[in-house]
Amino acid sequence: MRITQTEELSLEEPENVVRVRQSVRSRMVEEGFSLVEQTKMVTAASELARNAVAYGGGGVVRIEQLQEGARVGLRIVVTDQGPGILDLELALTDGYTTGHGLGLGLSGSKRLVDEFAIKSNPGEGTVVAVTLWR
Amino acid sequence: METIPILKMGDLLLVSIQVDMHDRLAMSLQADLTERVVKFHTRGVMIDISALDVVDSFIAATFANIAAMVRTLGAETVVVGMRPAVAITLVEFGMPMAQVHTALNVEVGMELLRSLTKGITEGAHRENHAD
Amino acid sequence: MATRSAGKWTKVLARDKVILLRDWAREQKSATTERPDLMADSELKRESVEFLDLLLAAMDDGASADISAEPWATMREFLGSISRSRATKGFSPGETATFVLSLKQPAFALLQAKLKDDPALLEEVWAFNAILDKLGLYTTEVFQSSREEIIRRQQAEMLELSTPVVQLWEGILALPLIGTLDSARTQVVMENLLQGIVDTSSRVAVIDITGVPTVDTVVAKHLVKTVSAARLMGAHCIISGIRPQIAQTMVHLGVDFEDVETTASLADALARAFRLHNLQVSQLQPRS
Repeated sequence: MRITQTEELSLEEPENVVRVRQSVRSRMVEEGFSLVEQTKMVTAASELARNAVAYGGGGVVRIEQLQEGARVGLRIVVTDQGPGILDLELALTDGYTTGHGLGLGLSGSKRLVDEFAIKSNPGEGTVVAVTLWR
Repeated sequence: METIPILKMGDLLLVSIQVDMHDRLAMSLQADLTERVVKFHTRGVMIDISALDVVDSFIAATFANIAAMVRTLGAETVVVGMRPAVAITLVEFGMPMAQVHTALNVEVGMELLRSLTKGITEGAHRENHAD
Repeated sequence: MATRSAGKWTKVLARDKVILLRDWAREQKSATTERPDLMADSELKRESVEFLDLLLAAMDDGASADISAEPWATMREFLGSISRSRATKGFSPGETATFVLSLKQPAFALLQAKLKDDPALLEEVWAFNAILDKLGLYTTEVFQSSREEIIRRQQAEMLELSTPVVQLWEGILALPLIGTLDSARTQVVMENLLQGIVDTSSRVAVIDITGVPTVDTVVAKHLVKTVSAARLMGAHCIISGIRPQIAQTMVHLGVDFEDVETTASLADALARAFRLHNLQVSQLQPRS
């Protein structure tokens, strides 16, 4: 599997999330993803980017275009140096909230993509990678 | 920071969201709307999202919040124009926005608002059910 | 059976290539392989030259009778492409294989003439024969798989045509599903329905599954998701044509149809749809 193109965006302000959505959308249109696939991935990216800004103290988004044989895919990796997630298992269940009345959207995002990986430890920040194959 | 324009049409407020919303914008919309509902004794709020190609959980929750707050102020909210891809994604995501009235477009939305708010003028509080 | 690489037959055929091509052309004309209605003479000639060149080149490269090996790669590519193009043109698999096999007769004649007193004649003919047979067989294999691909595509197109979104009345859409559904197909069809709802501003949509023999969990879940998505958009979906067996299976599989309105027949669904639109069908009074 190779990474054919990479784009990095920084996440500091809520406005940056819009930029992320637009970039992900453009990459997916370029790669010929269907409208529904685009919407799902952009939504997942939006959730993760929002988390990084709102709870992670800001972070970085890396958008990677993937190629594996004839398969074409897109991977989004969101990294933040925030406080990390204390109980990952709990955070990944439906209905988990952080007290704002909103979940972290992790379990929902997981359902929108083909591959979902998360690494988070208290004090070590969080890395989430989601992949969608065309 | 830009704001989303809110139109007053009699005792209805119409919002047409044309831009990609980030958290701050969504929250300011919520504040603006509720402020105006109080100021103008609004009975119905219509939010047109036909231009939105993404609705994430925060935006969906914002609509739900608006609907709830506006209802306590004696008005009803209808969200119109949701795109198929957005609807499919929200269902998959698991944020069905169950407590929010929806309609296909502004025209149908107006009809729905009219039937919902009729109960309000008559002093009755109708329970909400989509068709 | 392993063969000596670059056997004598290669040299014989290479030396008299021009004569061989001429005799082969004559053989092709007399055999039933020539289809002037499907392929121009010049094109056939070009393919014959290329085939022969590739055959000799592969042998020079140290090829054995194992045509799946590396030295035969270019030949395989060539045979693959002519097989596929002939399949699309309408050639039968036999006709395409005969293109290769018709080289045998003129080649045998040539080998017989040039290796007349050579004790190795039989062995050389046999070696050449074995390779041609394998190449001929290869063309039929490629032919088969490309035909299967065409059939698959046509099936998909038929399925597309057999699941149109139909407007029953102003504001009432119907999606009559026919045949077996797989997950990918169901998704596309459902997306079409939702788009149809937007395009026609239909507040009621009926998904009729009378023509679907079995519904598995995956398809059922897609149906439920579609109904939810339509509701989010402001439209109401009714699923009609649910046979008792399907209903039973769904309950067994734990698919939640609770929030979904269902009817036994499309007619029932239509009646319901009219009611939702505040419409009723009434008998006209006879003219007096």
